[in-house]
Amino acid sequence: MNPDLHLWLIPLLPFAGFLINGILGRGLPKWLITTFALLAPLAAFGIVLNAAATIYVFIASPCVPCGPPDWGYIHLPYTVTLPLPWINAGLLHIDFSFVLDQLSLVMLLVVTGVGFLIHIYSVGYMSDDKGYARYFSYLNLFLFFMTVLVLAGNALVMFIGWEGVGLASYLLIGFWFQKKSAADAGKKAFIVNRIGDFGFLVGMFLLVAYFGTLTFSEIGANLNAHPEWQGGVLTIIALCLMLGAAGKSAQLPLYIWLPDAMEGPTPVSALIHAATMVTAGVYMVARTHILFDHSPVALGVVATVGAATAIFAATIALVQNDIKRVLAYSTISQLGYMFLGCGIAAYSAAIFHLMTHAFFKALLFLAAGSVIHAIGGEQDLRKMGGLRKKLPVTFAVTTVGVLAIAGIFPFSGFFSKDAILYAAFLQGTNGKILWFVGLLTALLTAFYMFRLWYMTFMGESRSPENHPHECPWSMRGPLLILAALSVCGGWIGMEHFGNFLAPSVGVLPTEGGNWHLELILSVVAVAVALEGWLIADKFYRRRPERPAQYAAALPAGYKLLANKYFVDEFYGAVVVKPLLAVSKFFLEWVVDIGILGGAAWLLGGIATFAGAILQRWQSGNLRSYAAWLAAGAAAVLIFILILRPDLGPPAQSVHFGVSMESIRKVMGH
Amino acid sequence: MSSLFAREVPLSWYLLLSAALFSLGVVGFLVKRNLITMFMSIELMLNGVNLSFVTFAHQWHAVKGQIFVFFVMMVAAAEAAVGLAIIIAVFRARATLAVDRIDRMKL
Repeated sequence: MNPDLHLWLIPLLPFAGFLINGILGRGLPKWLITTFALLAPLAAFGIVLNAAATIYVFIASPCVPCGPPDWGYIHLPYTVTLPLPWINAGLLHIDFSFVLDQLSLVMLLVVTGVGFLIHIYSVGYMSDDKGYARYFSYLNLFLFFMTVLVLAGNALVMFIGWEGVGLASYLLIGFWFQKKSAADAGKKAFIVNRIGDFGFLVGMFLLVAYFGTLTFSEIGANLNAHPEWQGGVLTIIALCLMLGAAGKSAQLPLYIWLPDAMEGPTPVSALIHAATMVTAGVYMVARTHILFDHSPVALGVVATVGAATAIFAATIALVQNDIKRVLAYSTISQLGYMFLGCGIAAYSAAIFHLMTHAFFKALLFLAAGSVIHAIGGEQDLRKMGGLRKKLPVTFAVTTVGVLAIAGIFPFSGFFSKDAILYAAFLQGTNGKILWFVGLLTALLTAFYMFRLWYMTFMGESRSPENHPHECPWSMRGPLLILAALSVCGGWIGMEHFGNFLAPSVGVLPTEGGNWHLELILSVVAVAVALEGWLIADKFYRRRPERPAQYAAALPAGYKLLANKYFVDEFYGAVVVKPLLAVSKFFLEWVVDIGILGGAAWLLGGIATFAGAILQRWQSGNLRSYAAWLAAGAAAVLIFILILRPDLGPPAQSVHFGVSMESIRKVMGH
Repeated sequence: MSSLFAREVPLSWYLLLSAALFSLGVVGFLVKRNLITMFMSIELMLNGVNLSFVTFAHQWHAVKGQIFVFFVMMVAAAEAAVGLAIIIAVFRARATLAVDRIDRMKL
C-alpha cells in the first residue's frame, strides 16, 4: 500500500487562497491577506516536499520495506483518481486523475518552491498597490492551475491547467488594466496562445481518434508495445502538440506575446513569464515524449524551432534598452535551448535546464524588479548605471544570475547548458550544427547579459533619481535564496539528475560520448561565454563609444535588431489587419445587417402581414363574433356527429356511470 | 313515482324542449341588437342546458346532474349581477344599448 501523499491538496490549497482573497480580499486587513496568500503556496510546497522526502526514502532504499510495515514500497508513477466518473462518451472514458512521477515531482518542486519565494517577494514589491488582494488572488489562482497542469494524468486535465494558467497570465499581464498598453498586452498574450491551443486541441482529438485514450501512461504503453509504429499520424499529432507548446513557451513563430507580457508586475514576469508557465510547453513535450520518439520528423522540427528561436531571440536581446525586455528575449532564447534539448531526445537535459533556468531567471527578474523599485519605476537601461554601490545586495545577486545564465563554471547554468550542448554534439552532423548554433547563442547570451550588468551597475549614474534605496527584507530574502539556488542548483549533476528522471522521460542519449569529449566541450563553452563577457566589457566599460560606432557602421542591421526584425509589424500587416478588416466586414454586413437585421425585419414583416389579414376578423361587431362562435360550435358538432362518428363517444363509453348504449336504448322508447 | 313519471312523459320530450330552449337562446343572441335582450337570450341558453341536466339526473337517479344545475344557476346569478352592471355603465357612457354601435374596441 502506498502512503497517502495528499496530491489533491497541492492545487486545492492555492485555490482556497484564491477564493478567500478574491471574494473577501477587499474587506480584509492587509496582514490577513498576506497571511492567506503566503500560507497557500507554503502549505502546497510543504506537501510537495513531503512527497519528495517520502519518495526519496523509498527510492534510496528500495531493498527492504522500510518505515512502518503498512507503508510498503512507494510505486512511481503514483496515481490518484477522482472516484467519480468524469467523462463517459461511448467508448471514451476519461478520469480526472493526477499522476506524480519523477518528472512532475521536479516540476512541482520548482513551481511551488519558486512560486512561494516570489509570493514573499511580492509582499514587498506590491505593498503600495491598491489591488493588493486582487494581485495575490490571481497569483494563487495561477499556482492552482499550474499544479493541475503539472500533476495531470491525461491530456485533458493538463489542458484545463494549460488554459487556466493562460487565464491567470492574461489577468496578471493586464493587472494594471487602466494602462492601455498593459490591457493590450494581456489580450495579445491570450490571443496568440489561442493559436497554440488550437494545435493542442487538434492533437488531443487525433489522440482520441487513434488511441481512444488521453491518458499519458496508456498512450505510452500502447506505443512501447508497437515499436514499429513510426511517423505518419504520430508525426501529425506530435507537431500539433508542438504547436501548442510553441504558443505557451513563446517559440517561433508564436513568441511575440512574451516581450509584451512584461507590462505585468515584475514578480509576475519572474514567476509566470520566466520560471514556470512558459516552461509548460517544454514540460508537455517531455510528458508526451514517447510520441516524439516515434517520429524523427517531429523531433527534427522541435530541435530546429528551438535552435532557431534561441539564436533569433538572442540577437534581438543584443540591442534592447528596456531591462525587462532584455530578460524577456533571453527567456525566449533559453526556452529555445530547452526545445533544442527536447528535439535531440535529451529530455532530462531539457528539464535540467528548465529547473536551473527557473532559478536564475526568476532571480534576474526579481533583481531587475528591485532595481526598478529602487530608481522609481525606470526600466530604461540607458538611464541606469552606477548602482553597484547603492544597491549592494541586488548587485551581488544579479552578478550571480548573470554568471549562471552565461554558463560560467560552477554556476548552475553551466551544468544544464553544457548537458544540452554535449547531447547535441553527439547527434551526428545535424547535431553538430545544433551544437554550433547553441554555442553561438551562448556567446550572444553572455554578451547581452553582461551588457545589462554593465549598463545597470557599472560606470556613472545616468539616473535622475539621486537616492536609490535597497529593497526591504521581504524582497531581499527571496533574492538571496534564489541566488544560492542559482549557484548550487546545478551541482546535483546531469548524470544523477538524468538517472532520477530516466523512468519518466527515458535515458539521456550519450552513445559515442566520453568524458574527455565532455570536458573539452565544457571548456569550449566556458571560453565562449568568457569571450562574450570580454566583448561586453570592451563595449560598455573600456570603449563606451563602440556600440554607437557599430550601430552607425551597420545602420540597416542595427535597425533590424532594434525593431525586433519587424516581426510584430509583419504580423500586423499580414495577419491582424486583414483579419480585422474581414471581421469588421463580417460583423457589420453579414452579422449585423444580414443576420440580426434580417431576422428582425423578417419577423416584423410576417407579423404585419398576418395582422393585415387577421384584423378583418376584429370587426368590433359583437354579433358577428357570436355568429362565428355559433358557426364554430355547429361545425364541430357536424364534424363529430356526421362526418366522423368514430371520433365521437364510442357505444361502450360510460358517462355518469351510464353507458351510451343504454342511453340510446332509452332514447329509442 | 319516478317510473310513472317516465312512462307518462318520455325522456326525449324533455330533451327536445331543452334543445328548443337552447336554440331559441342562440337565435335570440344572434338576431337581437339590444344588449338586454341578448343577455336574456344567454339566460335562456343556460336554462335549456339546465333542463337537460335535470332530466338526465332524474332518469339515472344520479345527483351529480342536480348539483351541476346549482352551480350553473349560481354562476348565472353572479354573471347577471356583473353583466347588468356593465350594461348600465355602457348605457351611461354611450347612451345606447345597440350592440352594433358599441364597437370602439376594434382595431
